[in-house]
Amino acid sequence: MSTSDKLIQMVIAVVLFFAVMTVILLVTQRLRSRSGERIQAAAFVAPALILITIGLLYPAIRTIYQSFFGNAYEPIVGMNPNNFDGFDNYVQIFTDSGLLKVLRNTAIWVILTPILATGIGLVYAVLVDRSRFEKFAKALIFLPMAISLVGASIIWKFVYDYKATEQDQLGVLNALLKLVGVDTYRFLLTEPWNTFFLIVIMVWVQAGFAMTVLSAAIKAIPDDIIEAARLDGVGGLRMFRYITVPSIRPSLIVVLTTISITTLKVFDIVRTATGGQFGTSVLANEFYVQSFRSFDFALGAALAVLIFILVTPIVIYNVRQMRRLEAR
Amino acid sequence: MSTTTPPPAVPQADVDTPTEPKQRSAASVARDALSSRAASGAAIVIAILWTLPTFGLFVSSFRPEGEVKTNGWWNVITDPQFTLDSYQSVISGSNNINLASYFINSIVITIPSVLIPISLAVMASYAFAWIEWKGRDILFVAVFALQIVPIQVTMIPLLRLYVEPPFNLMPLAGNDAPGGGFYTVWLSHTIFALPLAIFLIHNFMREIPGELVESARVDGAGHVQIFSRIMLPLMTPAIAAFGIFQFLWVWNDLLVALVFAGGSPDVSPLTVRLAALAGQRGEDWHLLSAGAFVSLVVPLIVFLSLQRYFVRGLLAGSVKG
Repeated sequence: MSTSDKLIQMVIAVVLFFAVMTVILLVTQRLRSRSGERIQAAAFVAPALILITIGLLYPAIRTIYQSFFGNAYEPIVGMNPNNFDGFDNYVQIFTDSGLLKVLRNTAIWVILTPILATGIGLVYAVLVDRSRFEKFAKALIFLPMAISLVGASIIWKFVYDYKATEQDQLGVLNALLKLVGVDTYRFLLTEPWNTFFLIVIMVWVQAGFAMTVLSAAIKAIPDDIIEAARLDGVGGLRMFRYITVPSIRPSLIVVLTTISITTLKVFDIVRTATGGQFGTSVLANEFYVQSFRSFDFALGAALAVLIFILVTPIVIYNVRQMRRLEAR
Repeated sequence: MSTTTPPPAVPQADVDTPTEPKQRSAASVARDALSSRAASGAAIVIAILWTLPTFGLFVSSFRPEGEVKTNGWWNVITDPQFTLDSYQSVISGSNNINLASYFINSIVITIPSVLIPISLAVMASYAFAWIEWKGRDILFVAVFALQIVPIQVTMIPLLRLYVEPPFNLMPLAGNDAPGGGFYTVWLSHTIFALPLAIFLIHNFMREIPGELVESARVDGAGHVQIFSRIMLPLMTPAIAAFGIFQFLWVWNDLLVALVFAGGSPDVSPLTVRLAALAGQRGEDWHLLSAGAFVSLVVPLIVFLSLQRYFVRGLLAGSVKG
């Protein structure tokens, strides 16, 4: 397809969409009766609900169902009910040594990333709060948020680049190692620490998000609380520990859970930086590998369901926190 | 060994820095100056650690190929040589890595994938917020709850629906797919964005005073008029906030593009090409660095010019399932 073809397709899609929506709204506009109101509500809400049902609800149920079947099940061709395996796929995930390593890595990712990103974001938000260069300083940390995780991984692959000690170094970190007289290090290849170096990339991206939300929360702490504490002689670290952190607790929870959820589902970094090799794979990456590389759709489905199971309690906890906040 | 590795760029040490102001805080008046100096020091260290990686790649993208491949980017200080060669070869496509067409794909993917879900979400939000109908609360909770479905869970069945739709409908994927195969990507991004978009825009919409809607109703305005004349103008900032969010999300997406664009160069966006480039050409840093920056330009411009809205969206939508 040529460039102009693509652009024309795009314009057609957008125009078509808005034309259909306009027609739906105009047709229902004149209805004023009680039942007319119901039709109007349907006109507003149905397109979205239909898409969500077909595109999220049905596939989710289907995948859960599918995860109980053997691999002879062909998702593109159709269903073979003779292949019901029960929990075999799940048993495989929890017994296969390679997949166990994937689970271990996922756990490390989901625990470390939120804590590090939130911690750094919080400290930084406190440090630059009300300083002269606050806006600029925040923009620097915030900027990685705009970068794709693929771009971020490339940026960090360059930082981690490895050359033998006697050669000229391309990567900053190995150049520093060489400078202090230490042998250069294969950051992305050496197990088990390579997982941590991948996590650094995610922390680098997410800290800006944590910083922004927490900074807003810090600014929302009422001045009289700070003033009262100051009059009582609270300062420095104790102010941080006993006033700042408790006051922004709800925001901290939101940030921590949001980053955990994002981390659990993210696969771009692992895929771009190491391709999941050298013992760095995580659930989301393994899902892609099993489903679309090895074409083991059943195992892929089970891995996806596992992500689902892990996300659910985090989200529920988050929602309950929010409800409690709104109730106040 | 690993013990000799420097700590990763995560500044562990900085986490403890606030202790210093504490010790000094006893020294009444001097405290502020001192603590703020230690604080700025720590802040500067973090800022440098956060900026340096990007800066290194940025500098590299302007260095000649031979230099990039043989010595570190910091050598530009002593030996400044700059060229646009890397950009030229990456954009105009020698070596079969023409990024220009992937760039167009990114644009073609992103614009409908932002406009369509937001329009649908604004409409649905209006019905959830301002029209009375049976079952509305239950359905709203259901939509909200569906945020927890990770897109991985939906992918395989969704792909199957695209390839072999029921009732002899037109397949959206495959060789003679309409729109050259873009429809699957547009549709997928739309579907995945909807629950969060509806939830957020609904929350914004509920903040509009009810009297405004009531008085318009009394004056005889129908829902469509209220929606288009009152809600849309009032909702513009919220729509912009979420729009930027969705824009960056779609532009930076890799998974949806990989699965639903099927690796076809005709439909794949920049991220797919870059990820492949990073895998195959780990040593071609001149191409990778320039390529990465081509992919960064658009989101960076959007981000920098609309930062305020983006932050607003972030603060409203920090719960992304």
